[in-house]
Amino acid sequence: MAKKETPTGAQESKKAGDQITLSRRKLINILLGSGIATTFGAVLFPIINFLIPPRIREAVQSSVVAGKVGELQPNSGKIFKFGRKPGILVMNQQGEYRAFSAVCTHLECTVQYRSDFKHIWCACHNGHFDLAGKNISGPPPRPLEAFKVDIKGEDIIVSKNL
Amino acid sequence: MPENQKQSIHTKQDASAQAGASQKGVMGWVEDRFNLGGMKSFITHKQVPLHRHSLWYYLGGMTLFFFVVQVTTGILLLFYYRPSAESAFESVQFIMTEVRFGWLIRSIHSWSANLMVAGAFLHLFSVFFMKAYRKPREMTWVSGVIMLFLAMGFGFSGYLLPWNELAFFATKVGTEIVAVVPLVGKALMEFLRGGEDVTGATLTRFFAIHVAILPAIFVSLLGFHLMVVQVQGMSVPPGVEKKEKSLRYMPFFPNFLLRDLLGWIIALGCLVAIAALFPWELGVKADPFASAPAGIKPEWYFVFMFQTLKYIPARLWIVDGEIVGVLGFGLIAAAVIFVPFIHKKTDHPKTNRIFNLIGVIAIIYIIVISAISYMSVE
Ligand code: HEM
Ligand code: FES
Repeated sequence: MAKKETPTGAQESKKAGDQITLSRRKLINILLGSGIATTFGAVLFPIINFLIPPRIREAVQSSVVAGKVGELQPNSGKIFKFGRKPGILVMNQQGEYRAFSAVCTHLECTVQYRSDFKHIWCACHNGHFDLAGKNISGPPPRPLEAFKVDIKGEDIIVSKNL
Repeated sequence: MPENQKQSIHTKQDASAQAGASQKGVMGWVEDRFNLGGMKSFITHKQVPLHRHSLWYYLGGMTLFFFVVQVTTGILLLFYYRPSAESAFESVQFIMTEVRFGWLIRSIHSWSANLMVAGAFLHLFSVFFMKAYRKPREMTWVSGVIMLFLAMGFGFSGYLLPWNELAFFATKVGTEIVAVVPLVGKALMEFLRGGEDVTGATLTRFFAIHVAILPAIFVSLLGFHLMVVQVQGMSVPPGVEKKEKSLRYMPFFPNFLLRDLLGWIIALGCLVAIAALFPWELGVKADPFASAPAGIKPEWYFVFMFQTLKYIPARLWIVDGEIVGVLGFGLIAAAVIFVPFIHKKTDHPKTNRIFNLIGVIAIIYIIVISAISYMSVE
């Protein structure tokens, strides 16, 4: 019984219902396909979003105490924390303070003061900056970001130039 | 009809049961239940051709050995390693000073990582010169090249895990280079770092990539790679194919595999000796608020790219020199993956010579540039 029915059914659909069965199959494929795709997307969406690092809200810090008066000798420098980034405070030979972002403009290494060069130096790829923060040699493409220095009592206050 | 079928199944089962019954012991027990014949012929059908370049056939297996060492020692390290900026350095210190054989396991993991990358490089070049990527083995090459890139990813992500000063700044520089890529670079860099800067968030990210994501991808590719090698067998270099009329062969199983095994035992001995004589250093803990020390260098297999970037002028015409460099290396990487589809006329001696020349130039370039970088003390 089963033997008989299948071939006739198939033939019938070939003769008359060719278009109908084809589009029905197509419809089912589209429904199935889009169902799977949507499920896949619905799974992927939270995964991708999970992997994107969340923004950390930080209080915008515009000034910070970088050190105490008397801490630095002429022709020396120190690294201080400015929010989440390092800054560099320098006392030049005349005893004047200068402050910059310590993030090298080349590839973000932290720069240092070299008293033998009497200017700022980045060890990563031998980048040199003068005491105005200007890139004078090596790969760094831009000057260091300069900060304002004020002295209030004992504190050396460094602030962003707004 | 159904009745007939049932019967034929019965007779078949009886037959195999009877055949199995003649075998005794564990193998017989297994053979009774699972048809091992297919697997046996899968393992034994491969023949390794013997000719003057046969030695190079061992390099893939050697790389595989170092990977197995990495998985083993890596899993051991996981028992004590703690992935956070506050405790990573201390936990590695603990592994090296308190845990029994901790210094050895860590040293082996570090040394074998380098040997694995070196093995993969050599394997790639040997396959390149033997033209083993020609039809039908294109996808074997593609999967192999991707595995080499993944091995470099393993090295890059693992390097940061001890959270020492050198690794901290090397990672800073390495991820900053990604930001050079136009349009998506910055987003990609933040994705890698888990934020704008290299922080503890970067460490946990690299940890997940190092111990879960890369191993999962690597092992799937490795499975594919080994399977196609087993199915298609070893290729014979075109030069050998032409010259020698009748090649001699050695069965892969067990003859060649036993030679592999001998190589692995020797490699294990050398590895342990190196790891014990030159224990991997830990350095000082990373301090995001300290100046970068001199001598920041990426791992040796990145040095030639890094040094090349230094030679490209800061501005080339109207574009940033670094962009040209990074995109250039991206293009080269893509070209290496697609070698079998670029070099199709492998029966032309002339094109073969051109590709050999490219390979030789690449090797010389990598060696010379790296040597210059290591000799220039800044
Ligand atoms: C499943 C496989 C692996 C696991 C579970 C694993 C796990 C680890 C762990 C926990 C560490 C941190 C401990 C330490 O720094 O000493 C580490 C470090 C490292 N891993 Fe892996 N690893 C695996 C595979 C690999 C592979 C395949 C490579 C390279 C091709 C590699 C290269 C490195 C490197 C270079 C380090 C830094 C070593 C150091 O300086 O201490 N690892 N790995
Ligand atoms: S990061 Fe400072 S010179 Fe390259």
